[in-house]
Amino acid sequence: MRRDLALKVLKQRVSDEIVVAVYQTLFDWMAINPRDLNYVATGAMGQASSHGLGLAMANPEKEVLVFDGDGSLLMNLGSLVTIANAAPQNFHHFVFENGVYEVNGAHPIPGHGKLDFAAMAKAAGYRQVETFSDLEVFESSVGEFLKQPGPALAVMKIEAGESYPHDYQYIHGAEARRRFKQALQSS
Amino acid sequence: MSASIDIKPVEHPSGQAIMDALKKADIEFIVSVPDIVTSDALLWPISADPDFKLLRVCKEDEGVSICGAMSYNNTRALLLMQQTGLMDSLNAIRAIGIDYQLPICMMVGLQGKEADKKSSESSSYGVRIIQPVLDAMQIPYRVIEEPEDVQHISADIEQAYQSSSTFIFIIGRPPV
Repeated sequence: MRRDLALKVLKQRVSDEIVVAVYQTLFDWMAINPRDLNYVATGAMGQASSHGLGLAMANPEKEVLVFDGDGSLLMNLGSLVTIANAAPQNFHHFVFENGVYEVNGAHPIPGHGKLDFAAMAKAAGYRQVETFSDLEVFESSVGEFLKQPGPALAVMKIEAGESYPHDYQYIHGAEARRRFKQALQSS
Repeated sequence: MSASIDIKPVEHPSGQAIMDALKKADIEFIVSVPDIVTSDALLWPISADPDFKLLRVCKEDEGVSICGAMSYNNTRALLLMQQTGLMDSLNAIRAIGIDYQLPICMMVGLQGKEADKKSSESSSYGVRIIQPVLDAMQIPYRVIEEPEDVQHISADIEQAYQSSSTFIFIIGRPPV
């Protein structure tokens, strides 16, 4: 399943949700669906899921979608347990699994081909887990997945699609944070 | 005959007074990994206090991100942890607290610090380095050791949120 095509499917499902995304998935998403409610400043070291949890807890009336990476989530696996324990119903977690640290030289992640993020999330206590590897199946199923209460996790077995530019200056800059804050407070 | 230990009698800050100061500062969420210094007089009472929402995290850097994300709609939170967790979270604090200029308020118990000594005089390396590390990272902090130190907490938190900047309270003696 190509990542950019999967993101274009997700674009059809996103209106006023908060979207937290990381690395190449973030850069692709910013190009495919630029919007101020994209939360782009997650620092580093796999913190997207924790930012998403903070947003979900502080904004219970809003849906939060996290577009995580496999290498990123490996750096913050404990967050699966923290999230499951907090149990925000407005939290849907997508893990884009390509098996490599794509923006850091495409080195393989530890455990690729052996580990199972869906099983980990289920064991941690997520309410719902799914694994998608086919675009058509994903397109027909994602609506129902998002309707179910969170915390929910979807493993997205993906390969790189069209390559979008890496705008690190924007994602770490003050303007992105200002835009998000303004959009959140006026939504 | 047991050996005598020469420890000067000292006063300790009040856990209840700290909790009152957090409420005065409109802290809604306490995000925490347990710390033995603050366990009895802060985390256990907080866990039973309906005025606080306690979010237990597996690792302290999660808490840095959670507190930062909550601040976007002005939800106030405090990350309560031990100095080992602080040290483990320095990159998250660097990125989210300092680079992103978000109001991350932290309360850090100094495990291993002698109650009658300044942290700079502690026999524990892990205690002695904390303030120099924070100085090097240009992170503002306040040491909470004497009972009267607590009176500054609510104003420090207010200032952190007003200026969108990170602040750390170092708990140098176990609250009582």
